[in-house]
This record gives sequence, C-alpha cells and structure tokens, in this order.
Amino acid sequence: MINETMVELSRWQFAITSLYHFIFVPLTLGISWLIFIMELIYVKTGKTVYKDMCKFWGKLFGINFAIGVATGITLEFEFGTNWSNYSHYVGDIFGTPLAIEGLMAFFLESTFIGLFFTGWNKFSKGTHLVITGLTALGSNLSAMWILIANGWMQYPTAATFSAEKMRMEMTSFWDLVLSPVAQAKFVHTVAAGYITASVFVIGVSAYFLLKDRHIEMAKRSITVAATFCFLAMGASALTGDISAIQITQHQPAKLAAMEAEYETQEPPASWSLFAIPNEAEMKNDFAIKVPWLLGLIATHSFDQVVPGLRDIVAQNEQRIRDGAIAYTALKALRSGDENVDKEQALAQFNQYKADLGYGMLLEKHAADPNNPTDLEIKAAARDSVPSVWITYFAFRAMLGLVTIIGLVVAGAAFFLWYKKDLHKRKGFLKILILSIPLPFLACEAGWILAEMGRQPWAIDGVLPTFLATSMLSVTDLAISLVFFIGVYTIFLIIEMTLMVKAIKKGPEDSTKQQNNVDGGVANAV
Amino acid sequence: MLFEYETLQVIWWILVGVLLIGFALTNGMDMAVSTLVFKVAKNSKERSAVISTIVPHWDGNQVWLITAGGAIFAAWPEVYAASFSGLYWAMILVLFAIWLRPLAFDYRNHKTDESWLKKWDIALTVGSFIPMLIFGVAFGNLLQGLPFWADENVRWHYDGYFLSALLPLLNPFAILCGLVSVCMLLTQGALWIQLRTVDTIADRAKPVAFACGMITVVLFLIAGAWAYTFQGWNLVALAPEGSYHSITAKTVELVDNGLFANYMKLPILIVVPVLATLFMLLAAFCGKNGKAGKGIFYSSLSIAFTILTAAVALFPFVMPSSKNAASSLTIWDATSSHLTLQMMLYAVIIFVPIALAYTIWAYARMWGKASPDNSVSYH
Repeated sequence: MINETMVELSRWQFAITSLYHFIFVPLTLGISWLIFIMELIYVKTGKTVYKDMCKFWGKLFGINFAIGVATGITLEFEFGTNWSNYSHYVGDIFGTPLAIEGLMAFFLESTFIGLFFTGWNKFSKGTHLVITGLTALGSNLSAMWILIANGWMQYPTAATFSAEKMRMEMTSFWDLVLSPVAQAKFVHTVAAGYITASVFVIGVSAYFLLKDRHIEMAKRSITVAATFCFLAMGASALTGDISAIQITQHQPAKLAAMEAEYETQEPPASWSLFAIPNEAEMKNDFAIKVPWLLGLIATHSFDQVVPGLRDIVAQNEQRIRDGAIAYTALKALRSGDENVDKEQALAQFNQYKADLGYGMLLEKHAADPNNPTDLEIKAAARDSVPSVWITYFAFRAMLGLVTIIGLVVAGAAFFLWYKKDLHKRKGFLKILILSIPLPFLACEAGWILAEMGRQPWAIDGVLPTFLATSMLSVTDLAISLVFFIGVYTIFLIIEMTLMVKAIKKGPEDSTKQQNNVDGGVANAV
Repeated sequence: MLFEYETLQVIWWILVGVLLIGFALTNGMDMAVSTLVFKVAKNSKERSAVISTIVPHWDGNQVWLITAGGAIFAAWPEVYAASFSGLYWAMILVLFAIWLRPLAFDYRNHKTDESWLKKWDIALTVGSFIPMLIFGVAFGNLLQGLPFWADENVRWHYDGYFLSALLPLLNPFAILCGLVSVCMLLTQGALWIQLRTVDTIADRAKPVAFACGMITVVLFLIAGAWAYTFQGWNLVALAPEGSYHSITAKTVELVDNGLFANYMKLPILIVVPVLATLFMLLAAFCGKNGKAGKGIFYSSLSIAFTILTAAVALFPFVMPSSKNAASSLTIWDATSSHLTLQMMLYAVIIFVPIALAYTIWAYARMWGKASPDNSVSYH
C-alpha cells in the first residue's frame, strides 16, 4: 500500500519549493527585457538617464536573480531526490527538455548575466546591449524548455510505454518540442512574467514620484513598462484563451473542476461567475451563472458539449476497469511465473494499455489492485478528478487579479500620458505601489491552477502522483521540509530587506557622480 | 538511426564524463577560489579583488553542474533516480551550499560595512567548500558501491534513512577521496588566483598551489593503493533477450581487486592514473615557480585524468550496488532509449560548441589582473 503521509510530505515540499522559486522567475523573465528596451533607447538616444535606469533596475534584477538561481537548482535536484520513480518512469522523455534547457538556454543566460553586471565599462555600448539582449533571451528560452517539460506533464504526447523497461519512452522528439500545449503555456507564462515585471517597475517608479525623487527616470520607466504591459496582456489573454480550448480537449477534468461544472450542461454551457462548490456531494451549493459563456470560452462554439465532473468520473470508472486488466496483465508478464500464459497476457495488456495509468490508480484505493472490488473502483474514479475548491478559486483569483492589474496600469497610462499629472495624484500613486504584489499572486494562482488541476496525476493519465515519489521515510521528509521552509524564509527576509533598501536608496545619477569605486573591483551588482 | 544503440551508450558515457570534467574545471575552480579567499586575502578589499576574478563567471560555470544533472536525467534516468534519492541528505547538503553562493556573490555588495562583507564571504567559503568535499566523497562511495536496489517495479530503494543513510557515506576511504577532490581543486583555484591577481595576493597563492598539488598526489596514490584491495564488480551477462527485468536480471559477480580489472585487462590504461599524477606534479611546481598559466593547463589535465581514472575503474558500471549486485547500474541498462540518446547527442553537438565559444569569449574579455586598489571599475 501507499504511504500517504510520505506522499503528502513529498508533494508539500515540491509545492513549497516550486511556488517559492516562482516568486522570482516571472520578474526575471520580464525585467530583463524591460532593461533591454531601456538600454536600446540609451544606445539610440545617448541620454544617460536611460543608462541610469538600466543600472538601477539591473541592481534590483540582480537581487531577485540571485535567489532565483539558487532556488531553481533545488527543483532540478528534487526530481531525483524526491520523485525518483517519476525520474525512472518518464526520464527518457522529461529529462531531454531539461538537459537542452541547460545546454541551450541556461548557459546563454548565465554566461551573459555575469557580463551584464560587471561589464558596463568593459564593453562598447552596442556590445553591452547585445549582452543584455542575450541574457533576456537566455532566461526566456529557459522558460520555454521548462514549459515544454511541464506541457508534457499535462499532455503526454510522443511517448509509449515499454513493458521491458517498465517506463515511458520517447517516440518523437519534434512532437514533444512542438506540442501545442507547451507552446501556449510558454507564451502565457512569459507574458505573465512581462506583466509582473511591468507592474513592479511601475509600482517602484510610483514610489519615486510620490517622494518627488528621480521624476524623469520614474516617468520614463512607467512609459516603457506600461507599453510593455499592454502588449503582454494581449498575449496573455490570447494564450489564456488557447489554453482553455486545449484543456477542454486534453484535460476535461481540469476544465470541469476549474469551472465548478459538476453536471454536463446543454450547450452552450453557462459560465460560473461565483459558486460555492460542495465537493462531498459533487454539486454547487450556490452559483451565479452567465449564460453561454463557458461553451464559448471552452469550445469556441454554440453546439459542443463541455463535460461535467460527474460524467467524467463515470467515464473514468470504465477506464479504471480497463486499466486494471492491463495492469494485472503487465504484472503477470513481469512476474516471471512459469504458469502465466505469456501470449494471452501480452494480448490483454496491448488491448488495454491505453488505460494502464488508470489501473495504477487502484494501488491507492484497492487492497488488492489485481482484484479490485466495485466499491474500490468507484472510490478510485471519484478520486480521478482534481479538487474543485482549489482549482475553481485559483482560476478566479488569477482572473480577478489580472483584471485589477489591467485597470491599474491603464489608469497609470491615462494619468501619465493623457492628463500628464500622474506625479500629483498621491492617492493613485499609493495604489500603484500597493499593486506590486498582485501580479506575483496572480502568477502563483496560475501555477496552482495548472498543477493542482493536473491531479491526481504527475503525468496526466499516465502516472499517478502517489506512485511518482522516492521511497523515502516520513522522517527524512519531515526534517527536509522543515529545513527548506526555515532556510527559505531567512533568504526571503534578506532578499526583501535588500530590495527595499536598494529602492529607498534609488538610482545613482551618473551626471552628478564621479568614478567612485569604493575599494575593489567586485562591486558587481 | 545514425548510430547503433551500443555506440550511443558508450558516447554518452564519454559525454557525461566530459560534462563532469567541465563542471570540475570551471565551477570547481571558482569554488576553490572562493574557499581560498580568506587564505590569500588579508582584508576586505583584497577579498573583493580575489572574488572579482570569478564574479563574472561563476554563474556560467555553475551551468556545467546543472547541465550535467540534466544530461544524467535524460541519458541515464535510472542513475539519476537511484543516486539522487539514495543520496538524499548529501544532495540536500550540496543544495544548501550552492544556495549560499549566488546570494553571497550578489548580496555582499549591497552594504559596505566590514561585518556584512565578512559574513557573506564566510557564507561563500562554506558554500564553496562543501560541494568540493561532497562530490569527492560521492566518488569514494561509488567506488565502494552504494546500498541501493531496485524492486520488481524498478522503484529505487536505499538502506537507512536520515543519519543512518548519511553517516555511512563518511567512511575513511570516501573521506580520503573527498580530500583528493578538495586538494586537486584547490590547486587549480590557487593557480587561478596567481594568474588573475596582483603580485601581493598572487604571491600568497604560490605556496598554496604547491602544497595542495603535492598533497593531492600523495592522497591520490594512497587512495589508488587502498582501492586495489577492494572487491569490484564484473558484468558476467546482461539480462537475457526478452526479459522484463532488463536491470535486475543481469548477472554480476564480485571479484577481488576488481577495481583494477580493467587496468589489468588493458594495461595501456595505466597511463590514465600515471598522467593524472604527473600533471599534478607539474602543476604543483608551476605554482611554486609562478608559472600559473602553464600550471592551470597541467592541473586541468590532471583533474580530467583523475576523474577518468575512477570512471575507467568502474566501467561499464557507473553506479554499483553493495546491497544487491544485480541492481548495479551499467552504461548498458541505465540508459535512455535509442531515440533519446540520439536526439540528445544532436543537442550536444549543436549547443556545446556554441556555449564553449561564448564562454571563452567572456573569459577573454574579462581578463586582467585584479587589485585591491582597483584598476577596473565593475560598477
């Protein structure tokens, strides 16, 4: 049987370490391009205010980047340390984008970021601009390969099961890389990063306007960031829409859960604006609905059905029954038992192997997975869909936060560009400052939606999460979880303190200061 | 496909080796430099000067580790799964150490007071020393076999938990290997400091390079003699064709002096450890005589041959099991599928030369002697 405490602790550790890492990633993805744009303007116009902007935002970028790099390695390691059966079972496919990420993207980003920080006086303007651009490109390509890997977890295309190796193997590299799910996820995630960085830059600039400092720099920064933000919002909305269609096609349970759709509706289905889901009874205790909208969002049509959770659970029940046959046949084949009719077992396995993963769900729910009772199959089916509470509200949190962000940024642009009195609007400037955490929260909500919506699977329909863990003890995991939380909390406090300190200090005005190198060549950042 | 499966499996044994050597030569070097900061620098300005020689490069260097990890994940998923989960606490220690480095490199510059600098420089030293030691200790344990095994579903298990799993790793032979790793990398680091700092600092690195190089040679020879007494693993037969247990159905026997079997079978291979020793001696004397450039060349070769010495001793094994010999992982059964190895090889052929090219460019452009009174402004 499965040790559920061990599984839960493994999941909490990965969730905490990845959500923590994902505080820093979106800002890196976006601010690197924002700095590139500012530097481009500097190179074109020669105005030193843009160079000062690059250096100031670069300094904040550095504080963020250091902790992002540190906590990113944790995640790569954790696939091996905490999810060793996952690594064994899908490493043949999943490892490839991770390795190429290192070779193609991370080398690029990491080599050039060193030069970005230390090379302001070493390189010509044009060369330094290229260095900044390559840093930004590297970090974004990095995100692409990670999301190809993650996209495959959501939509495991281009892979087949090998009974000899008891693992999944790649059938087409290009189908893996060009997976439509991965591409949409990539653009959606980097767009979220661009929005995050833009709101961060706007909020910090608003602080300077409020304090009546660095006015020129702040206004220019807001102009660049707001423009960037609007473009990113367009990309984000577009790819969000594409993702919705893809989820409907590939992960109907995730879609039904994030929309709290228990009953399949007559098309076009109505969209739930707000609901109080009742998970135990699989119904909504309360719901406000907008007619037609879900059908339109999820299928782009008036006549296609969006299946509800109850129907999906019923379908999964059959898949579990079929999967159990495949799983039992596979075990018989691998048992080495002389009495097994190998040809018959192989034929049975091949007939039902599409649902092998569903058969594995019984490892958690059945006392004997080879002979599950009807009740156990029903319990496994009930558990084959994600939590409505988490996904429904994570999705609405993301949507709500993005709406607020859109309004706030539009307001900033309106007052700065049209009314030209943003610097006088103290109240609104305070709102801009207070808006800084919103995109970070939206990104976290998006991550929670994507990964909790994938449950109970580590690889959708292929490998249940509870079978993906390492064979560690509860003691190991309890200690490491406490260790991670403790150290990460200390790091976050240090990071936030330095960030606030650097912002309060503000940018240096290079027209006023001379070459004040304080004792050393190491003032890297 | 372009290459036979077996050919690719051998190629990937070489490529993983290349990535690990790349990691040792670049990231290992900057870890060594960080470890030596307090030894060669007498005040915070000098420390800043020493650190400034690696500040532009440490992050790119670290990607060798990340890429080696990713490549093992992709090319040897079973090794990735069995080693990372089995060595859980060793890995977390390494993680803790390498968390400290990016933070120290960046955050030390945000305040100018001495105690702030000193705290981060200590964090940098600790964070750099631990991985150098642990990776050597890991190699020492690999040569003795690790207590792991695969069950019938190819899930990887490991003897013990928390301290009962961690402490046995710190056995005398493994610690000896850890010290070889530390000393050989410190030689490289001391030579780098000589090469890239002004004379006042560089002169202090000379005896360090010499001493570390000589100690490396002595410890390496002791480790070799000691390893001769160990039993090693001999692959009698792979799992039979059509077996559903491609890893555990193979036949492995333990043989006396087994770690030297390959060297006895093919005596020419003895040049590998001989060259590792000779190059380290040359590096040590170059360090003593202030010929740091040549010294780095020799110490790099020595590091490569030292890693190769262990790899040859194990071949075709990459991760032998002391618990269940049949669960030992070899390059024939720990690998990915034919297609994955093939595609990954293309990726390496395309991207490694590109990465090497811009890495060399970056080093060349940031070249120069760092001094505490400063010649170059990095701000």
